[in-house]
Amino acid sequence: MYDFTYHRPSSLEEAAKLLAGAEDGKILAGGHTLLPTLKQRLAQPSDLIDLSGIKELKGISEAGGAVVVGAMTPHGDVADSSVVKARIPALAHLASDIGDAQVRHRGTIGGSIANADPAADYPAAVVGLGATVKTNKREIAGGDFFKGLFETALDENELVVSVSFPVPEKAGYAKFANPASRYPIVGVMVAKTAGGVRVAVTGAGASAFRWTEAEQALSANWSADAIKNLTHGPDGLNSDIHASAEYRAHLIGVMARRALAAAG
Amino acid sequence: MADSGIGSRTTRREDKRFLTGKGRYTDDINRHGQAYAYFLRAPVAHARVTGIDTSAAETAPGVVAVFTGKDMEADGVGSLPCGWVVTDKHGQPHKAPPHFPLVRDAVRYVGDHVAMVIAESAAEAKDAAELIQVDYEELPAVVDPMQARSSQQIHEAAPENLCYDWELGDKAAADAAFAKAAHVTKLDLINNRLVPNAMEPRAAIGEWDSGTDEYTIYSTSQNPHLLRLILCAFVLGLPESRVRVIAPDVGGGFGSKIFAYAEETACTWASKKIGGRPVKWTAERGEAFLSDCHGRDHVTHCELALDADGRFLGMKVDTTANMGAYLSSFATSVPSYLYATLLAGQYTTPVVYANVKAVFTNTAPVDAYRGAGRPEATYVVERLVEIAARETGRDPAELRRLNFIKPDQFPYQTPVALMYDIGDYEPSLDKALSMIDYKGFGARKAASEARGKLRGIGLSAYIEACGIAPSAVVGSLGAGVGLWESATVRFNATGTVAVMTGAHSHGQGHETTFAQLVSEKLGIPYENVEIVHGDTGRIPMGMGTYGSRSLAVGGSAIVKACDKIIAKGKKIAAHLMEASEGDVEFANGQFTVAGTDKSKAMAEIAFTAYVPHNYPEGVEPGLDETAFYDPLNFTYPSGVHIAEVEIDPDTGITTIADWVAVDDFGNVINPMIVEGQVHGGIAQGVGQALLEHTVYDRDSGQLLTGSYMDYAMPRADNFPTFRVETTTSACTHNPLGVKGCGEAGAIASPAALMNAITDALGVEIDMPATPEKVWRAAQAKLRVAAE
Ligand SMILES: Cc1cc2nc3c(=O)[nH]c(=O)nc-3n(C[C@H](O)[C@H](O)[C@H](O)COP(=O)(O)OP(=O)(O)OC[C@H]3O[C@@H](n4cnc5c(N)ncnc54)[C@H](O)[C@@H]3O)c2cc1C
Repeated sequence: MYDFTYHRPSSLEEAAKLLAGAEDGKILAGGHTLLPTLKQRLAQPSDLIDLSGIKELKGISEAGGAVVVGAMTPHGDVADSSVVKARIPALAHLASDIGDAQVRHRGTIGGSIANADPAADYPAAVVGLGATVKTNKREIAGGDFFKGLFETALDENELVVSVSFPVPEKAGYAKFANPASRYPIVGVMVAKTAGGVRVAVTGAGASAFRWTEAEQALSANWSADAIKNLTHGPDGLNSDIHASAEYRAHLIGVMARRALAAAG
Repeated sequence: MADSGIGSRTTRREDKRFLTGKGRYTDDINRHGQAYAYFLRAPVAHARVTGIDTSAAETAPGVVAVFTGKDMEADGVGSLPCGWVVTDKHGQPHKAPPHFPLVRDAVRYVGDHVAMVIAESAAEAKDAAELIQVDYEELPAVVDPMQARSSQQIHEAAPENLCYDWELGDKAAADAAFAKAAHVTKLDLINNRLVPNAMEPRAAIGEWDSGTDEYTIYSTSQNPHLLRLILCAFVLGLPESRVRVIAPDVGGGFGSKIFAYAEETACTWASKKIGGRPVKWTAERGEAFLSDCHGRDHVTHCELALDADGRFLGMKVDTTANMGAYLSSFATSVPSYLYATLLAGQYTTPVVYANVKAVFTNTAPVDAYRGAGRPEATYVVERLVEIAARETGRDPAELRRLNFIKPDQFPYQTPVALMYDIGDYEPSLDKALSMIDYKGFGARKAASEARGKLRGIGLSAYIEACGIAPSAVVGSLGAGVGLWESATVRFNATGTVAVMTGAHSHGQGHETTFAQLVSEKLGIPYENVEIVHGDTGRIPMGMGTYGSRSLAVGGSAIVKACDKIIAKGKKIAAHLMEASEGDVEFANGQFTVAGTDKSKAMAEIAFTAYVPHNYPEGVEPGLDETAFYDPLNFTYPSGVHIAEVEIDPDTGITTIADWVAVDDFGNVINPMIVEGQVHGGIAQGVGQALLEHTVYDRDSGQLLTGSYMDYAMPRADNFPTFRVETTTSACTHNPLGVKGCGEAGAIASPAALMNAITDALGVEIDMPATPEKVWRAAQAKLRVAAE
């Protein structure tokens, strides 16, 4: 790890100012992705701005038909939250299956989506539930947030403040975990929302994407039969030592059907 | 004593310190004035090194010194030796190219040791290493053993990258047997390369004392004396009497900590170079992936010939074994003498011929890993037998039974050099079949199928050879060391006992098992026995722990030392009880005189030995005996494992539905520890069969599975509850009748699991049976079924 200057601001404004003022500042949330990167000397930020001192960033609330999760809320809190479990059980389930207990106690939703790992779980929920990402500057629709491999719509000095998930009528999440890392090789969120049916896929492509054929089929007929024989093509999907594009394409169908079954 | 003697499930005394964070591992040790080493490693798989500029690193903050291979060369540092010379089929010794601790002219695998930086902190050493400029002239790299012989030569001394072309058995007789066969089963197998992944990464502190000219090495070694011998006699040219090696608590080894590595060698040498400051190095996990010796990596074609009744007529095996870039300490013995000699398995196969080609590639060195050669052999034999049963329409269990060596055939001379002293295979088979309800499998399979799942069952009837021995025999086969073990049993005046053993515990629970043994042998309380190991300054010369040898060889040495204690005790007791020595008997801690009520307790005799006021003439004071034990033969644990799996054809996920293991380890001292060893072994075998895969990029030679993000280790939720039982045919040639249990699980399990998976799928796939491979095979099967 190279040297850096450590800051622990107590307000969002201060954090934004520190970030803007730093030569090459980086936000530190749970550190579960950032710290290993630093230890392996793959990044050399001048400043680390730790968000853990900003109380307003942590916590879960319900407002206007949506569940709002603060950026610094760890996965374990989402998994255990009575609000999330009651209103969006699929989201609680998704969070409960991220990493292991240690990871769930440190890793945060803000860090996860800002990092935009193609194999992260949360993007399936952000896209699949039609969430809204609130930053210190604006609101970004979930579907517009992920821009590619480790790329988001966030500007240089923009911070994730919270993620607002509209409560769906029904939703289910199914994940096929990488046997080594246990990140999703393919994860699919299927939801019936006020804005229509959404099927979002993570792990399979450069970033989370919607499977429109499945959405159309389920909009017409919300039942297992509707997507029983539906297949996703392998074009453009990830291919690596763990899974070929063809296998991932197949798993998208399987996981979508399982997510649908879980949604009920 | 009943709850701590032989046969009792005594809880492990070492666990208190391990589970409460009080274990003392090499990295926990910090020496006064210690500096830290960091090794700059090769970023490319194969290149000529045309220049190394260390000047910027030398002046970086905190740097004490920077060394390269040239510095070692100037100092006369030698090559890390391979301690087993295999003679090839033309009578020539294997090719043993030099293996310098720091490279001199070329790097040969990603992770090879280019330079050593010593600094005030590990971070400063690492910072400075980035300032070293190395000029690499890249060469083509080869990682696939099957491509090795036609690829760029890696060592001047090894044309075609061939280390040896070796054979065992009678080829003409095998060909003749095959000519008579009613059926021949043929199989191509890959035994996948594994990274050992001990929980504790390797670490070392080298310390030279300028006052006494003595060295102390703290190291994560499974065999401190062996490390001392190799470093002193071959690499650094130091007198053994001035070198002390301490291997304190060691967190797992699985073979990977047997070997003498570059890092501890360099730390020891460098400590003197920098004037005597201790030099410490602790591997990061990424370094462990790159530079710990890997295991397995065989490509095999094998054939089994059967007559019309299903009797095995002969077996032919052709294996290419990957040695990696250099020969590690015992690498050459693993795919030869520890492999081909086991190819008879539990069967009466009259003729076996094996040809093994060991090759160099641009990958980490490969050496012994839990089982070392025997898992590879069992995989060949038990996969072949299973497929032969399927091809000839026989029940796999019954085909095995038909060909078993029968109890009255022991001692049994196999066609591949070994002489099995004893075994009784049917009881293990029968018990395992009954435990898993073999007859009920059809109904379970139908139930799985009704749920859209595929179900399979697979057996593995393994044999292995432990306690590599006797020394004279292994010597004649090329071993550079003797394979005996030592023990000192030392009474204190107050009746407590210290046992100094040459075996080394790095997870096996010796402090418990050996204390149980001594407590029972000498009839003294278990609590009064202390086990000392892992320090050449405290123990007699010993050979350490590997090859499931500790109890069979080390335990036998302890028994011999106890016998000497008892013999001497009899002399003292006879004097005290005014009886003749021949009339004194010893049992349950008491010396008695036959036909009288006279008795003396062991503790009293010990006290008398150290306070010899009333003492027999001509007997030395003290009660302190050392014994060395050189076994007469290997021991031959055997058993049957049966795995039952359910496969989800939609995803390719394999779930292990059930696992039974019935092992014959001879007599058992602590059944709980034995079961734990079996559990751990199965876990590693399941890891190999289902999850673990070491992948090097074919073009660049980069290790693609260099962290837990990509290298899948088995976890608790990958397993069912193992059901483990034993049968007993006691070893005939060691005093305890024990055989060894440390590796059996890893030896038996890959074949059982792959037999179960391929039974469910109906087609062959190689390990690891990853979900994608299984899914593809399942889809093919379902397509065929639909047509
Ligand atoms: C062993 C292990 C297993 C894991 N398994 C899974 C898994 O199964 N599924 C899964 O989805 N994830 C998994 N993760 C990832 C983990 O859950 C975290 O989501 C991830 O590490 C990022 O969150 P963090 O809070 O640790 O962020 P950090 O590591 O602190 O930061 C990550 C990045 O996001 C930026 N950042 C952080 N917070 C903000 C913010 N509020 N605004 C803007 N930028 C920000 C940082 O600057 C940094 O670039 C695993 C991680 C580990 C170590």
